[in-house]
Amino acid sequence: MAGSEWSDPRPMSPHLQIWKWHWTMAASIFHRVTGVGNYLGALLISVWVVSLAAGPQAYGVVQTVMLSAVGQILLFFWLTSLLFHFANGIRHMLWDGPKAGFDPKVASAWSIFNFAFAIVAAATIWSLATNLI
Amino acid sequence: MVQLTLPKNSKVGKGKEWPKPDGATNTRAFRIYRYSPEEDGPPRWDTYHVDMDRCGPMVLDVLIWIKNNVDPTLAFRRSCREGVCGSCAMTIGGRNTIACTKGWDEVAGKTITIAPLPHLPVVKDLIPDLTNFYAQHAYVQPYLKTDTPEPEKEWRQSEEQRNELNGLYECILCACCSTSCPSYWWNGDKYLGPAALLQAYRWLIDSRDEATGERLDDLEDPFKLYRCHTIMNCAQVCPKGLNPAKAIAKVKHMMVERVA
Repeated sequence: MAGSEWSDPRPMSPHLQIWKWHWTMAASIFHRVTGVGNYLGALLISVWVVSLAAGPQAYGVVQTVMLSAVGQILLFFWLTSLLFHFANGIRHMLWDGPKAGFDPKVASAWSIFNFAFAIVAAATIWSLATNLI
Repeated sequence: MVQLTLPKNSKVGKGKEWPKPDGATNTRAFRIYRYSPEEDGPPRWDTYHVDMDRCGPMVLDVLIWIKNNVDPTLAFRRSCREGVCGSCAMTIGGRNTIACTKGWDEVAGKTITIAPLPHLPVVKDLIPDLTNFYAQHAYVQPYLKTDTPEPEKEWRQSEEQRNELNGLYECILCACCSTSCPSYWWNGDKYLGPAALLQAYRWLIDSRDEATGERLDDLEDPFKLYRCHTIMNCAQVCPKGLNPAKAIAKVKHMMVERVA
């Protein structure tokens, strides 16, 4: 990410340093971050499944990690990440397909909704799941 | 190339705080980006206190007031002062806009920060080098291209066909949109940016133009068009209320349609 290729003797004008973020901009970068997060989460689940096949000892280790505080936090993040990526992904389809939601005000409101949806839906699913166990 | 921080020679230092105007009761502070190629040294933030009772309503009025009353060396572009020429585009309060149509009372905060358009080489103070931006505009060939012989009188167009150009032809080339786009910040050398692409669509959708296929060919590569990730900063900041993001989506749609 570093790599300074600026060879111009003149300065580069400030960008991120001065920019006042839009909700749409935040949703965009989070779409990418959660995309990476989803892969990592899928890896976590793969480890879980593989350990299940490997036998009770390996499964026990993974299960202990998953049920620890850190494991639970990671799982909750993964759930939130999946839900945000899902909601924002639907928006991307509506942008590319029927070209809906391009008005800046609508797009901003929609971004806020996607963030709120991810958190509320994750909390709801989490509490339902933990109550079932 | 994604580089989140500024290069070494571009870090903005603390500059001078100019004295408050005599006898002013209603002042506001403006933190303005300063750089001069004649002086050695990095750019800096200078702070000016402006007497708001003796200044016009727009941010451009503030700059002119400073230039007239405090510091004649402050450099910025301006011409029409009514949102038509696009010269006074800059970053005001963290958002790109044109200074002549932005009221200073619309900008929140105690101190208003004014900087040149983001991620460009700075010529002086608030004047960035837009050479690349104009070259990209030239690349999309923003003029009518036809093969059929020119009609005797005029190229005719129905009212509906003409309406397709609304929301596109109004672009004043201020560069607010392109320089607000993070994708353009990181790949401005290869990605054409929202302004040039809106212009490309303006000619793609023109019923009189006969070079549609050729125009689409010119946009077909991984960078020129497809670096738009719908970040939407372009539509958020356009001082004319245009929507380059939507125009780009429509160009992408045309790309799909012609192979379908």
